[in-house]
Amino acid sequence: MSNIFLIMFGAILTENFIFSRFYGICPFLGVSDKPSTALGMGMAVTFVMTLSSAATYAVYYLLLEPFGLEYLKTIAFILVIASLVQFIEMFLKKYIPSLYGALGIYLPLITTNCAVLGAALVNIQDGHNFIESVVFGFSAALGFTMAIVVFAGVRAKMEFADPPKAFKGFPILLIAASLAAMAFSGFSGMKF
Amino acid sequence: MKTSIAKQFREGIITNNPTFVQLLGMCPTLATTTSVMNALGMGAAVTVVLAFSNLFISLVRKIIPKQVRIASYIVIISGFVTAVELIIKAFFPAIDASLGLFIPLIVVNCIILARAEAFASKNSPFPSVIDGIATGIGFLLALTCIAFVRELLGTGAVFAGADGTGGIKLLGDWYSPASIFLLPSGAFLTLGFLIALVQKISGVITERKRKRENSQEKSDAAEPVTDMAEGANE
Repeated sequence: MSNIFLIMFGAILTENFIFSRFYGICPFLGVSDKPSTALGMGMAVTFVMTLSSAATYAVYYLLLEPFGLEYLKTIAFILVIASLVQFIEMFLKKYIPSLYGALGIYLPLITTNCAVLGAALVNIQDGHNFIESVVFGFSAALGFTMAIVVFAGVRAKMEFADPPKAFKGFPILLIAASLAAMAFSGFSGMKF
Repeated sequence: MKTSIAKQFREGIITNNPTFVQLLGMCPTLATTTSVMNALGMGAAVTVVLAFSNLFISLVRKIIPKQVRIASYIVIISGFVTAVELIIKAFFPAIDASLGLFIPLIVVNCIILARAEAFASKNSPFPSVIDGIATGIGFLLALTCIAFVRELLGTGAVFAGADGTGGIKLLGDWYSPASIFLLPSGAFLTLGFLIALVQKISGVITERKRKRENSQEKSDAAEPVTDMAEGANE
């Protein structure tokens, strides 16, 4: 049980996907312009990442390992994630249209979000069991959501700032992200 | 033919640089630039994957139905990524250890999918390969620039091996290394400043070009007037 707690704590804070591992930087910089869109993206990622952690675990240990095909895991995982995203999209559209309305536009972007594939690969690399994999996927996505929403708040304030011309747009965002990462690196001092 | 190859290289490396101009593939850019050696390894891996996936996608571009093209591209790309991953594991274990999961994550690097969609799916094999190599080299050079700054400021030396030794000491003993440049926040900071620098330079260049065109137009349209104006200023 304490193991699960450590995995959760690590995935959300000390090894935050964005500020410490650098997974999922593209959506982090791309859709963090408003807190509401950031929250939508974060929820979609949480949804997909939790399910994909379970699915890739099953594929790896039930399909690839018994046949000695571990080296195909990258191909297999990306196919699993792509089809899972497609499936979730179809399912939500048909049965939960209100949730589809909220998450729909973010779903296609998730296939190429390296956080999802990254979580699946970390699960295999660290030898997590099924429960740990799902918990890791869920809490890593939670950490992702937290980072992206917090940063969207910072970014909303930054709209009113007037940086030098060369720093307009992307560079000033990265410098703000640098400050946020500095704050997050404080968590890495916490050891158990 | 020759000029178009040169043009493709100029586009891939300078005018359309994947990192500094198109701002694609940010995850490996930030994560693998802690040392110049890592950056070179990552850049080389991406270049190889880009060249082969562009070639292959261009070869099958007429067979793949439009609706499933993205999925097919991803499968083709992940095939080459797996090949590169196995080669690196076998021959360069040090690079494999330091790059970690970012080698398999080349699959979801947006640069590769972007080139497949924007170029290889519309052009014949030979230009596609050239495009892949040019874009890959642009990515490699950008990574090397970032890594050079980070490693130099973070350790005072560059070109250190994966174990952190054997670097060339560029800054003397007076320099006390700022290890923050090796941490994630240093990655964001360095990239931010370098992109600002690129924007500044390109801003100056376009401004100069605009001025030259303007003055040319002016002198073409009304030469005597500008002469008079200049005379008046004097």
